Amino acid sequence: MQLDNNQLLRFTTAGSVDDGKSTLIGRLLYDSKSIFEDQLESIENTSKKKGHDGIDMALFTDGLRDEREQGITIDVAYRYFTTPKRKFIIADTPGHIQYTRNMVTGASTANVAIILIDARHGVIEQTKRHAFIASLLQIPHLIVCINKMDLVDFSEEVYNNIINQFEEFSSKLLVKDIRFKPISALLGDNVVNASENMKWYQGSPLLSTLETMHISSDINKIDARFPVQTVLRPQREGFIDYRGYAGRVASGIYRPGDDVTVMPSGFTSKIKTIDTFDGEVKEAFAPMSVSITLEDDIDISRGDMIVKTTNKPEAVQEFDTMICWLNNSSARPRAKYTIMHTSNEQKAMIKEVLYKIDINSYAREEENKDLAMNDIARVKIRTTRPLMIDEYRDNRITGSFILIDDATHETVAAGMIL
Amino acid sequence: MSKYYLNYLDELESEAIYILREVWAQFQNPVILFSGGKDSILVSHLARKAFYPSKIPFPFMHVDTGHNFPETIQFRDDLVKELGVQLIVGSVQESIDQGRVAEEKGKNATRNSLQITTLLDAIESNKVDCAIGGGRRDEEKARAKERFFSHRDDFGQWDPKNQRPELWNLLNGKHFEGEHFRAFPISNWTEMDVWNYIQRENIKIPSLYFAHQREVVWRSGSWIPVSEHLKLEEGEEIHSKKIRFRTLGDITITGGIESDADTLAKIALEVSAMRKTERGDRSDDKRSESAMEDRKRQGYF
Repeated sequence: MQLDNNQLLRFTTAGSVDDGKSTLIGRLLYDSKSIFEDQLESIENTSKKKGHDGIDMALFTDGLRDEREQGITIDVAYRYFTTPKRKFIIADTPGHIQYTRNMVTGASTANVAIILIDARHGVIEQTKRHAFIASLLQIPHLIVCINKMDLVDFSEEVYNNIINQFEEFSSKLLVKDIRFKPISALLGDNVVNASENMKWYQGSPLLSTLETMHISSDINKIDARFPVQTVLRPQREGFIDYRGYAGRVASGIYRPGDDVTVMPSGFTSKIKTIDTFDGEVKEAFAPMSVSITLEDDIDISRGDMIVKTTNKPEAVQEFDTMICWLNNSSARPRAKYTIMHTSNEQKAMIKEVLYKIDINSYAREEENKDLAMNDIARVKIRTTRPLMIDEYRDNRITGSFILIDDATHETVAAGMIL
Repeated sequence: MSKYYLNYLDELESEAIYILREVWAQFQNPVILFSGGKDSILVSHLARKAFYPSKIPFPFMHVDTGHNFPETIQFRDDLVKELGVQLIVGSVQESIDQGRVAEEKGKNATRNSLQITTLLDAIESNKVDCAIGGGRRDEEKARAKERFFSHRDDFGQWDPKNQRPELWNLLNGKHFEGEHFRAFPISNWTEMDVWNYIQRENIKIPSLYFAHQREVVWRSGSWIPVSEHLKLEEGEEIHSKKIRFRTLGDITITGGIESDADTLAKIALEVSAMRKTERGDRSDDKRSESAMEDRKRQGYF
């Protein structure tokens, strides 16, 4: 089965077991034949041991012993399935408030977020939290699945009421594409096959939406950004003078002959070749890994960025950003951290916390400015040397960063530049 | 008009190349853990692409249990020569001779978990700060929670509940002396992806993956190859079967499946119709529900 033009789609599912999230994932995997007999057998055995009737699909997504014992999800788990149209990666994250950091992690690379709402309960705090994180992380597409429609007699009225509830608060968010689907993950209605019980619903089932939705235009093709990861200098026969700048295109399109500027030095040159192991290419675009050679000998190293001379990012040492705190130890006022932004690493300081956001009510909190695990806040960051940044809403690669605590080497915060 | 998106195999390839280049940029002394199996062969192929026209800048490290398929060792030596990389071998037999570990006793004894000590010793004595592995998240449930850059403490241990969050494409490889990292560039590949890619790129793999005639015995649901290490149990008979292997572990614990797939195309077709996971024929994973997690916590591959 060679799928030549098939794309990869990454989606995140946030929710708790009660929403039927595991059932939904289980159904997608099962109906696409991605659950194997020995896995099913092992889940059946454990389900029996625990005294469940039937198969507990949650066991399939819980990977660690503690998770299985306690019946909770602790960490992001990645799941895979393929249909004749696409390959899918699911970042399955727990939905509890104490796991905001996992939701943020799963959301950071997703093309699509699936939010589950229990049709009996409608919009709850958790729904707002998930929608907020999808918006904060600028996931381009949001699919709101109103699940357990079988328990509300497949009522169109219930479905429409929940859409209204959702739209009341989602107007405050920055999500470009929101779609709604009435489903029953348990019975399979509108998951893989169109529902016989909800003829009033004209849209397509969840899987066919995931298979066909247009995602290639979500990548920024305007602002050419190429962070240099490393310099290739083979020093061997045939390549004595070769000097290739290796990296992955963050955004935009590069072609041989393009006028480029190297930042932060500001030197200019032209692209000579764009090389790969399989030969030179005429064009490079995100997310291709290539190596670029230039017409001129310029001093370039890891952390530099090759951009088009006509379209440069800002080089700044101070900027406003949203951050999510990811660590057990709270932020220390004016403490120094290592900031990792593309391939560039500098020292940084949180100069000021402007406000925190209550992700359940979306209200600003300006009194208490201590940053603890799972807090989301707007802060000012200052760095020792310039970073070449774009706004996160324009560029998820050059607009994002992490902070690392030099005392523990742990990743303590994730940032989305404003 | 050109299309400005990659197909899924190109995107997985590009992601793996990115990760391999990050390893090179962030660590002093990285190695590729090379077992001779298809996943580590794939990682080597991707490393070749990542640094071309330079040579692969990492030595290969092989943990030799002494219970290998002879074909695997031959393949390893040929590939190392072709790529011009250095080979570091950690020997389980030496660990046993030095009294660092004791051979397991009993009916299902294997050298599988003995490898952990040899591996950690080899990492320490060679001052390795990052060991690149071919682990994939679809292989096993504990592996589904792995990071691309996975931290190991100074005892070589993995703490799955205290992993660094990994966001966007930002990989944090910072560590203290004595600690090391495992890097998994093909985390997001499935078994099917691996076979589709091997076929597309026409990557050379050991003959053991192709259907061949072999002497085997039927044990716990799969065909175990006859070798000098195999002790026949009562009631077991030697058969000659046309089989192939889906994964390559020790010759003592890797079961084959009956198959006629003798080309890459036929293997890919066969794998797409499989109803059992590839590790389903590995008795090392069948010991308990959390067999893999327990070994990984201690420092396993």
